Amino acid sequence: MATPDATGSSLLSTLPGEPDLNPFAGVDIGELETSLRRPRTLINILLSWLVTGMTLVALVPLFSVIWMLLWRGGRKLSLALFTQLPPAALEQGGGFGNAIVGTLIIVALAALISMPLGILSAVFMAQAPPGDRLAGAVRFAAKVLTGFPSILAGVFAYGAIVLTTGGYSAIAGAVAVSILMLPTIMLTAEDAIRMVPAKMKEAAIGMGATRTQTVLMVLLPTAFPGILTGIMLAVARAAGETAPLLFTALFSNYWPLSGHHPNLMQPTASLAVLIYNFAGMPFQNQVEMAWSAALVMVFMVLITNLIGQSLSRRQVQS
Amino acid sequence: MSPTSQAHERQPIGKPHGDEERKAATNHVVIDCHIRELYYGTFKAVRDTTIPVKKNTITAFIGPSGCGKSTVLRCLNRMNDLVRGFRFEGHVHFRGRDIYHPSVDAVAVRRFIGMVFQQPNPFATSIYNNVAFGLRLNNYKGDRHAKVEEALKRAALWEEVKDKLHNSGLSLSGGQQQRLCIARAIATEPEVLLMDEPCSALDPIATRRIEELMLELKTRFTIAIVTHNLQQAQRVADLTGFLYVDTTQGGRTGYLVEFGESKQIFEDPKEKHTREYIRGEFS
Repeated sequence: MATPDATGSSLLSTLPGEPDLNPFAGVDIGELETSLRRPRTLINILLSWLVTGMTLVALVPLFSVIWMLLWRGGRKLSLALFTQLPPAALEQGGGFGNAIVGTLIIVALAALISMPLGILSAVFMAQAPPGDRLAGAVRFAAKVLTGFPSILAGVFAYGAIVLTTGGYSAIAGAVAVSILMLPTIMLTAEDAIRMVPAKMKEAAIGMGATRTQTVLMVLLPTAFPGILTGIMLAVARAAGETAPLLFTALFSNYWPLSGHHPNLMQPTASLAVLIYNFAGMPFQNQVEMAWSAALVMVFMVLITNLIGQSLSRRQVQS
Repeated sequence: MSPTSQAHERQPIGKPHGDEERKAATNHVVIDCHIRELYYGTFKAVRDTTIPVKKNTITAFIGPSGCGKSTVLRCLNRMNDLVRGFRFEGHVHFRGRDIYHPSVDAVAVRRFIGMVFQQPNPFATSIYNNVAFGLRLNNYKGDRHAKVEEALKRAALWEEVKDKLHNSGLSLSGGQQQRLCIARAIATEPEVLLMDEPCSALDPIATRRIEELMLELKTRFTIAIVTHNLQQAQRVADLTGFLYVDTTQGGRTGYLVEFGESKQIFEDPKEKHTREYIRGEFS
């Protein structure tokens, strides 16, 4: 490796007699070339390969899951799956229409419970003065709740709703799921509200807006895309949860109706529990149906996310 | 707004000092501000500052950074209430009523005394909704479209935005955004307009437009402005107050050094500090 030298090795100072006049004296132009003999070049190349390799390894499980879902679930995909009721043992055909409806009902109810609670407590946390004890405690509780084991949410709803109302129901399932959705909505909504520039809040107050008007007319509309993203994340997570539904909504082989009216107070089917039940059965028809249900569920989550993204993007543009 | 002010003729732009008749009409004090002491927590920010803001005039607050100009301005519509630890001794009389009296609602004060901020701060919504914001706050029952159009015309923005009222306010240029904020502030016809360095984020052309606008607006409104730009104060202000920082007692407490007609402040300042500041002899 060449060392910086005032006169001798520099390419630009070759004129004899006047080496000091060269302004670039001391710069070795050879240093500019890439060389594998230099440790920094070697480490650079090795680390680049390592990062790329690890990324590919991390993608293997993801793509194999998607591949298996499409391969095994896609084979039996038909319209009947969406319109018919689950088959009995050894029966051929059938579908899981009631489980799709049940999942939609439970997730929608859970969102109805967790959205007002989550958004309003987010407003409280974002509006509380810095260092406020209560807001800090609420935020801490929400963070703890994000890692809350989902089965415990089910146990809670079992004790609080199933035992007191005397039976498994979509409502009980929705309560369990809403406990899991709540912290995500709270924390993302708080972030979104805090991201609203302080100068906008100041503008509203300078116009003579009360705190309520500032929140309703400026903070929430401006934070709307972020809040919506949080709701969609929470919904996507909730739609796939099995454990909290096992002993709250349970399962049903029938539509969630009594007579011709929707009934939310009876055991209700859901895709997640259907997969759990059917995947372990010794009948080929049921196992194949579990694969199809898994594929449908993944697509439902995907569509939810896409709708959320397009809604929030439209809001930003307008 | 009183009948006298409406009958009052608009002054030609660029003519800062009016005749005797206008002087008589403008002697009426809208805001009488006397700050004895003003604290943020234990920090004494401003002391001994008395400024009368007269009807249909532009009053400018000038002075070096940290002298409390903005603090004084924000006292006039209780924006400082938002600052934690804010404490105020003295009085601010708005048309004879002390706005710091316990029975006074700060929210109502701000509807009479509007504000334009240093950074243009339109809401992330359409141009129309930005201007209609104050009308919605006050549950204005009349013709909102007419009010929005009138405010935008007065803010000299109508011609530029009339075809895109439903575009986002944030899509405008900085100078347009600031005029939008002025339109928003005047749509509800406040008595007084407070402007906190309204041109400091704008280029010279946009600044010039806002200055012309201020001279037009003062025929209907009363304006108090904080500015770092001495030429700006000289061009637009009828009256000027010079604030300076007193560091003798350890802190950095701002106080009013001199207040008077702009012509007198800029051409014949009585105080040594004012003279030095205006001549640029300041460190």
